[in-house]
Amino acid sequence: MASGIKDKVAILGMGCSKFGERWDTSADDLMVEAYIEALDDAGIEPNQLDAAWFSHHIDDIGAGKGGTPMSIALRLPNISVTRVENYCASGSEALRGAVYAVAAGAADIAIALGMEKLKDTGYGGLPATNYGTFGPQIGPSGSAPGNFAQLASAYRAKHGVSAEDMKRAIAHVSVKSHANGAKNPKAHLQKEVTEEQVLNAPMIAEPLGLFDCCGVSDGAAAAIVTTPEIAKSLGKDNLISVKALQLSVSNGLESHHNTWDGSYFHTVRIAAKKAYAEAGITKPREEISMMEVHDCFSVTELVTMEDLFISEEGQAVKDVMDGFYDADGPIPCQIDGGLKCFGHPIGASGLRMIYEMYLQLQGRADKRQLKNPSIGLTHNLGGQPANNVCSVAIIGSL
Amino acid sequence: MSEVGISSIVGYIPKLRLLRKSVAESNAWLAPNLMGKGKGTRSMANWDEDSVTMSVEAARRLLGPEDDRSHVDNVFLASTTMPFADRLNSGIVRAALTLEESTQCTDISSTLKCGTTALINAISSVQSGKSDYSLVLSSDKRKSRVGSSQELDFGDASAAIGISNKDIIAKVLATSSVSVDFVDHFRAPNEEFDYNWEERWIRDEGYLKIIPKLINNLLKENDINPSEIKKFILPCIFPRVPQTISKICGIDPENVVDNLALNVGDSGSAHPLLMLTHVLENAEPNEKILVCSFGGGGDAILLETTNLISKFKNNESISTLLDNGVEETNYMKYLTFNDLVKWEKGMRGEIDRKTALTTLYRHNDAIIGLVGGKCSKTGTIQFPASRISVSPNSPDIDTQEPYKLAEKKANILSWSADYLSFSVNPPNYYGIVSFEEGGRIMMDFTDVGEGEIESGKDVKMVFRIKAIDEARGFTRYFWKAVPI
Repeated sequence: MASGIKDKVAILGMGCSKFGERWDTSADDLMVEAYIEALDDAGIEPNQLDAAWFSHHIDDIGAGKGGTPMSIALRLPNISVTRVENYCASGSEALRGAVYAVAAGAADIAIALGMEKLKDTGYGGLPATNYGTFGPQIGPSGSAPGNFAQLASAYRAKHGVSAEDMKRAIAHVSVKSHANGAKNPKAHLQKEVTEEQVLNAPMIAEPLGLFDCCGVSDGAAAAIVTTPEIAKSLGKDNLISVKALQLSVSNGLESHHNTWDGSYFHTVRIAAKKAYAEAGITKPREEISMMEVHDCFSVTELVTMEDLFISEEGQAVKDVMDGFYDADGPIPCQIDGGLKCFGHPIGASGLRMIYEMYLQLQGRADKRQLKNPSIGLTHNLGGQPANNVCSVAIIGSL
Repeated sequence: MSEVGISSIVGYIPKLRLLRKSVAESNAWLAPNLMGKGKGTRSMANWDEDSVTMSVEAARRLLGPEDDRSHVDNVFLASTTMPFADRLNSGIVRAALTLEESTQCTDISSTLKCGTTALINAISSVQSGKSDYSLVLSSDKRKSRVGSSQELDFGDASAAIGISNKDIIAKVLATSSVSVDFVDHFRAPNEEFDYNWEERWIRDEGYLKIIPKLINNLLKENDINPSEIKKFILPCIFPRVPQTISKICGIDPENVVDNLALNVGDSGSAHPLLMLTHVLENAEPNEKILVCSFGGGGDAILLETTNLISKFKNNESISTLLDNGVEETNYMKYLTFNDLVKWEKGMRGEIDRKTALTTLYRHNDAIIGLVGGKCSKTGTIQFPASRISVSPNSPDIDTQEPYKLAEKKANILSWSADYLSFSVNPPNYYGIVSFEEGGRIMMDFTDVGEGEIESGKDVKMVFRIKAIDEARGFTRYFWKAVPI
């Protein structure tokens, strides 16, 4: 078995733009915003970068295809720029590329930057796009909320949860994230909401109302990574290292084979097991300090708590309602507001999650700062429940 | 020569029935003369139904759920509202029904009597020995101008008839046709609506002269006394015209068949066949039935029921379909479904729906026929078929055999009602449908009423319009799930 990535790579610096409706900011300038902060945090010059990974999902309303948009926007010194796209998990994919390059010794210092400019669509929500030439001929006229909402119907059927109990539990997920986002000046949505507001919001895709859906935002986030040795040689201490980076991709089992029951993420369970093994974690409910999960929709977060083996199967509703994942609970989840309130500029989200874990581990999270966190988990999911890519990353103090 | 006739017949009427009163009242300011027509309902196809899909539905009901449909030698599809002027519409139907590629398929169109003309063609085919079983399909979904009388008179429906030389419930005694260039109405290419001439002229010079002559010749040539006719079928939107014709011809006016105007409306080319379905579903042995149609002349077909008619029963008879209709009082919904108003489709409606015809052809069995694959090694059923099987732990290569899913039992695994995505009839219901014997598809639902969907509920498959590419005029078809 491979030795894994644990502690082979350290985070040298990170940056994250303000997320939100950045009407006056171009795709290029979003990248610059995250890049300058990351470069400054790392304390290096551009010519010290050996390689770059650029995550960007929707190129026709963003920066375009290929690696050139990043290289041109940041005036990189003609280094390699690899554009990666893996649905909403693209940001984690960029980080994986940069981390692996450093671990392999192919680069001393590498940068991963993710960016999405979604607010040039002309309407709220994600743009409607075609996926190949075959899919649109058979797939439903659907949307992201409609695809993820189906988790609720299948979960309810499997665990005998009433529609009302499910609606209230997912409402709690959103209320919690809004409370967290209100403390984050970079978050897209910074207002607290009440359970009543969430329950009475306009329906988007049953049972998901407006407040069950994450923000659709412009933004960028970046991570500069290197080896722990180089980091120390650059004068860094209090190092944060990568403990695990795992990616699991659907192979059609969920969407084509009748064994999957629709109530959980098959890939998340696989990626989580591999990540815990890579990081040497045996009791996640006790060892994980905090999490940023892919709460594109409230119900996604709810079922993910079980798929990450934090909540027992069938117990997520209870744990959520008990406040287990609240800011003052045993494992705070979405302490930065999550996709729900920090926002979800697709290509940037995986890196944004790492950014918050990195700040928390360094004690730099200001009003949101948790007490002595040591291990942070990020869960970044792309696609839809029946057909997706899932990244689980774990970082912690070295 | 063995007897040739109808071995089975079935009709299809879309679920929705538009309340005429709501139409008449909405347009009363514009057309007060139509208030008198505001009685009863007319059938109203869902937005995703057209002549092809309604024909497929009628044909499936006729042929039953068996995979083997190799007995169908040819298909005659009749409609004045074919979705394609140049693409074999009956070929789409053939593919949807998974009939053999060698099945001869013919489109018959351009006149309202094309339904009966298709029937006569099928009879000739079997009589001549060219085929043992011919499938006749007729369907119409005619558009009409807002505020027109046609809007109230027309209805959407289809019918399917099996013509065979065995197991006949009604044998063919004679057929006759006349071609007369009598232009009561016409529809030019690329025109959405009919252009109609004066009703009194159509009635007096058209129906009352052309049809009696046609009937008299048929009866005389075959030495049939008009009093022998127990059922006289003639679709006509003008009241009492069939009764007048029956009197002219010596047929008992009491034997004029109800034209379903009160509940369905006139379904164009399909209508004589729909009325015939209704008659045969309630007929006794040895009844002579005269079916006539009008349009560019007229057709007449004389049938006589056999003893087998007493055993003939459709699961979904016309009476059942009439009883199970769902009243639609929202006239705006009718206008929107038929694209008769410029409605706000939202930016999500702007997505390019260009269909890659190469892809459509490569996957024709899957897209049009809903044919998946079954692994010959593990028995795993999947949709779509793929070179490498989806079987967990057994990714066998090139083991897939075609497996038809359209008639298989299925239920809902997961679902949502989506208010965000583009839909002509929001919210758009869709989800994962699992087939009991294996295989699953994430697909659209249709004909759904609020509260009718829940995980575990049974569904059936229907062939419907998937999307319309307005930029190129292409209709994309696929299958959808209907809760049962």
